[in-house]
Amino acid sequence: MRIVDLACAFKRGLIVTTPATFLTEDMRHQTIGLEGRPTTTEVEKGAIIKFAQAIGDDNPYFNDEESARDSRYGGIIAPPTFLRSVDTSRPELPYEFPFNRRLDGGSDWEYFVPIRAGDRITAVSRIDDINERTGRLGLMIIMSTTTTYRNQFDQIVATQTGTGIAY
Amino acid sequence: MVQQVYWDDVSEGMEILALVKEPTTQQLVKYAGASGDYYQIHYDKDFAAGNGLDGVILHGALKNAFLGQLMTQWMGPEGTLKKLSCQYRGMDFPDQTITGKGTVTRKYQDQGQNLVDCDIWLENPTGEKTTPGKATVTLPSRLI
Repeated sequence: MRIVDLACAFKRGLIVTTPATFLTEDMRHQTIGLEGRPTTTEVEKGAIIKFAQAIGDDNPYFNDEESARDSRYGGIIAPPTFLRSVDTSRPELPYEFPFNRRLDGGSDWEYFVPIRAGDRITAVSRIDDINERTGRLGLMIIMSTTTTYRNQFDQIVATQTGTGIAY
Repeated sequence: MVQQVYWDDVSEGMEILALVKEPTTQQLVKYAGASGDYYQIHYDKDFAAGNGLDGVILHGALKNAFLGQLMTQWMGPEGTLKKLSCQYRGMDFPDQTITGKGTVTRKYQDQGQNLVDCDIWLENPTGEKTTPGKATVTLPSRLI
C-alpha cells in the first residue's frame, strides 16, 4: 500500500490503531496523589434493602428492621459492598485520556465502623498508582485508587482500594 | 440465619460453608439499578460484543458482593467482617452457576480480638477460580 493510500485510509477511519505507549514518567507523577472532590450521600434504609435484594442476600440484618433492631447494631446495617452504591467523584486527569473501555480488576476493602440507615457518608478518592501494560486487549492503563468513606461523625467507616483497567 | 460459628471451633485448613449463586440478566439489571453502575457491558449484548466480550458479563462488584455474602453468612450474627479483597481474573456470565468457597488459613488473637483469615474464591461451572480473594473476620469465643 502506498503511503498516500495509507494516510487516506487512516483519515477515513478505516484503520484504527492503539498507541504502543501512552504514559510518560511525567504523566505518572502528575497523576499519583490526585484526589477527587468529596461527595456526600445520605444512606436510606430503602437503598440498603434494595441493594441486599439486588445481590440476592436475605440476611435479616440487611433486610428486616425488626430482626435487626434486636441485634447488637440496633437496626439495619449495610452489606459489605454497599458503599459501591454511594456517590464518588473520580480525580480529574490533567491530560487527554483516549481510553473509553473499562474493566474492573479487583477490590480491597477494610472495614472499621458499621454503616447504618440515616448515615451521611462522605467519599474521597485518591489515585495511588498508574501504569500501562500490553495484553490481549491491546494497550491497557491500570490505575489503583483508594476511596476513604467517612460518616457524619468523621469516623472512617471503610476504605476501598480498587484496580481499574482502561483500554 | 446460619448457626453461629465460634472461634474455638475453627481450625486452620477447614472449609467454610459454600454459597451457591445463580445470577441472571435480570439480576444484573437489578444490580445496575441498586449500585448505579450502568456500564452497558452488563446488560447490552451488542455493546458487550463491540467491546470484544463474548456476551454481557457480571459486574466485578457483584462478584465482590457474593464474596461478602459468603463471609457474612459464615461468620454469623456475632461475627464482624474486617477485610475483604478479590481480583477479577476471569469473566463470569449470567445463567451460569457460581459457587463461593473458602478455607481458613490462619486463626489468631490480636488486641483482644479472635481473628480468622480465609482464602476465598468464586468458581464457575468448570471449576475455574474466576475471582480469588481473601477475608478477615472476628468471631465470638465460647470462653469470653
